[in-house]
Amino acid sequence: MSALNIKKGSTSHSAYDLRSANSEVEASHTLAVIVENEPGVLARVIGLFSGRGYNIDSLTVAEVDHTGHRSRITIVTRGTPAVIDQIEAQLKRMVPVHEVQDLTAEGPSVQRELALVKVKGKGDHRIEALRLAEIFRANVVDSTLESFVFEMTGTPEKIDAFADLMRPLGLVEIARTGVAGLKRGA
Amino acid sequence: MSKQMTGAKMVVQALKDQGVEVVFGYPGGAVLPIYDELFLQNDIRHILVRHEQGAVHMAEGYARSTGKPGVALVTSGPGATNAVTGLTDALMDSIPIVVLTGQVPTFMIGTDGFQEADTVGITRPCTKMNWLVKDTAKLSDTIHQAFHVATHGRPGPVLIDIPKDVQFATADYVPAEKAKISHYQPRTEGDRDQIARLVELIESAERPVFYTGGGVINSGPRASQLLRELVAETNFPITSTLMGLGSYPASGKNWIGMLGMHGLYEANLAMHGCDVMINIGARFDDRITGRIKDFSPRSKKAHIDIDPSSINKVIRVDVPIVGDVTKVLEEVLRQWRARGSKTDQRGLSQWWKQIDEWRAVKCLAYKNSTTTIKPQYALERLEALTKGMDRYICTEVGQHQMWAAQFLGFEDPNRWMTSGGLGTMGYGLPASIGVQIAHPDALVINVAGEASWLMNMQEMGTAMQFRAPVKQFILNNERLGMVRQWQELLHGERYSSSWSESLPDFVKLAEAFGCKGIKCDDPKDLDDAIMEMIRYDGPVIFDCLVEKHENCFPMIPSGKPHNEMLLSADAEAFRSGAVLV
Ligand SMILES: Cc1ncc(C[n+]2csc(CCOP(=O)(O)OP(=O)(O)O)c2C)c(N)n1
Ligand SMILES: [Mg+2]
Repeated sequence: MSALNIKKGSTSHSAYDLRSANSEVEASHTLAVIVENEPGVLARVIGLFSGRGYNIDSLTVAEVDHTGHRSRITIVTRGTPAVIDQIEAQLKRMVPVHEVQDLTAEGPSVQRELALVKVKGKGDHRIEALRLAEIFRANVVDSTLESFVFEMTGTPEKIDAFADLMRPLGLVEIARTGVAGLKRGA
Repeated sequence: MSKQMTGAKMVVQALKDQGVEVVFGYPGGAVLPIYDELFLQNDIRHILVRHEQGAVHMAEGYARSTGKPGVALVTSGPGATNAVTGLTDALMDSIPIVVLTGQVPTFMIGTDGFQEADTVGITRPCTKMNWLVKDTAKLSDTIHQAFHVATHGRPGPVLIDIPKDVQFATADYVPAEKAKISHYQPRTEGDRDQIARLVELIESAERPVFYTGGGVINSGPRASQLLRELVAETNFPITSTLMGLGSYPASGKNWIGMLGMHGLYEANLAMHGCDVMINIGARFDDRITGRIKDFSPRSKKAHIDIDPSSINKVIRVDVPIVGDVTKVLEEVLRQWRARGSKTDQRGLSQWWKQIDEWRAVKCLAYKNSTTTIKPQYALERLEALTKGMDRYICTEVGQHQMWAAQFLGFEDPNRWMTSGGLGTMGYGLPASIGVQIAHPDALVINVAGEASWLMNMQEMGTAMQFRAPVKQFILNNERLGMVRQWQELLHGERYSSSWSESLPDFVKLAEAFGCKGIKCDDPKDLDDAIMEMIRYDGPVIFDCLVEKHENCFPMIPSGKPHNEMLLSADAEAFRSGAVLV
């Protein structure tokens, strides 16, 4: 085959291979990333996700060791096994990153999210909202004659379920923290 | 015992303590205190560039040719933004450089002050790490950390942004040995069990190939030495990426040439047909792999890399080894020798027979001319006339770069400085100055395309001022040649904006800079002209007028597998009888 055998003007040739090489299934993973708490670290971690096209479903961050200046970032992401491995490797090689745990892959873990849910309503709706909140172990942290703010913690799925039930009962606003997680056991 | 000093003085002291001899830079309001300190001392030489992009590429040229970190110093705002291309270039090619930027005073940050830019924000994705230092007490420690980070693990560019008030204020100087570097200690020793698996692969391979990259060069001269021992003792064929040229000598008997998009037929087919691929310090770049699905479909693959994220990033490998090439190769050689230095001799001799058949295709064959200088011919003559000299080659980006990689031979590491990952036109001229500053007596040649060269030609002023006798060997095809080639082959010969119109007269341009200009358009005059360039004691701009429509072959169009390579008509003639795997 010589150069001239390429069809002139053919569009199947590009400067890049445009086909994706990966067809494995995606799964959600929760990663705990222990970082040096210095300015710009969170931006660097988030920049990695946006720059390399990885997903962030939720993200929480706070300093967890005040004397050691360590923060814990919990990221819920989605990807094929190869992408998750790559995310982990990319995080691990960052200079201010001390440790990365894949809470989903490395054995059992507890994962919790906190939500504040405001529901507006009167009469039966109000009673039903309160009854369901009890079942979900949600606490009332604010109430007026026509509204409640419920506080609940649980897995993201549990919060989703609660929000779905509250929607027809007058859900007006919801604030969620994103997931925090720890490995189970000692 | 601690010493009080201003932040500006600390910068200079820390650079000295880090062994820095030269800084490439450009002053401005936000770095004046540091320039004051540079003025007051004689240990560190300052090379005044003409554009901050030039400073960073010079620092890269210095680093690539010495293995030591290169340093650039620029002002805030536009100084910093001009440095971005160089930083990205160094990130893509894993080059250790330290860039110091001035910043507006801390109390002005965030107010859109004059020449304020969010430098750490802008450069975060193009540095391995960067710091904004808001407290003079942390400055010296941060500079030491920066050098540590730039040179350990996978090397890369780092940046320190220093507000002007931090430069004026005083604090205790932290000496290098007391700096807090402990937490960044990437793993350098390879896993012994994985290395044992690699040794087994070496012992049983019938059709092996070493696929080496810039990681061998970054690991230091000892890595190249060990690689040569391993190749000589196993008698395996070896190919390399653009970045790795010189780690194994081009004159070595197991060398099968560069691989990749414009790599040699025999190298790419060996990659495609091998049963064991041993990747040493390369990263399965898309210019190397072609279509992933069809990349070397029948091989077991081992990958040695200091960066764990390089492993399994694009190609799944069977034997992953995270570690420094030098340390891993030492262990590979130790284990393999201890087990009796075995290889499959029968398989190997068959494999070499096959490779020799591929070699017979003479994939670099081109039709020479007696009236027009063919770019390949120009490089063949340059190679012949400079062989054995203390020679360093830089390039710009384009066809000339690929031809230089194909037609020049590199015998040692750190002798070939090209922009691989980013492909930065305008890199070569400043890089060549950086190389020349590091090696004042060597012959430093920038093989350039006329279009790339124009992108940073102002740096000829720097070459003149600092007596850097760099030779600018411009293969002038009056075309954005590589673009033109793609348009010819893939875009229906629609040559959209790929002409170099209104080119300057390069000889007059040379005169304007005060250096020597040479023009050559006749193959018969070429040798004399090249010799004149080499012998001239000072910078030279060589305008080598070459064939305008030459294409660079072999070529694997993107997204094609290795065995669907395009050859020149002249090589095609040799192929009758040769069989593709
Ligand atoms: C800064 C930059 N802009 C654009 C490109 C795209 N590009 C790659 S090669 C090339 C043409 C280079 O022309 P020249 O320097 O004359 O080299 P030739 O290919 O003709 O040898 C261009 C425009 C690039 N690599 N870098
Ligand atoms: Mg050109």
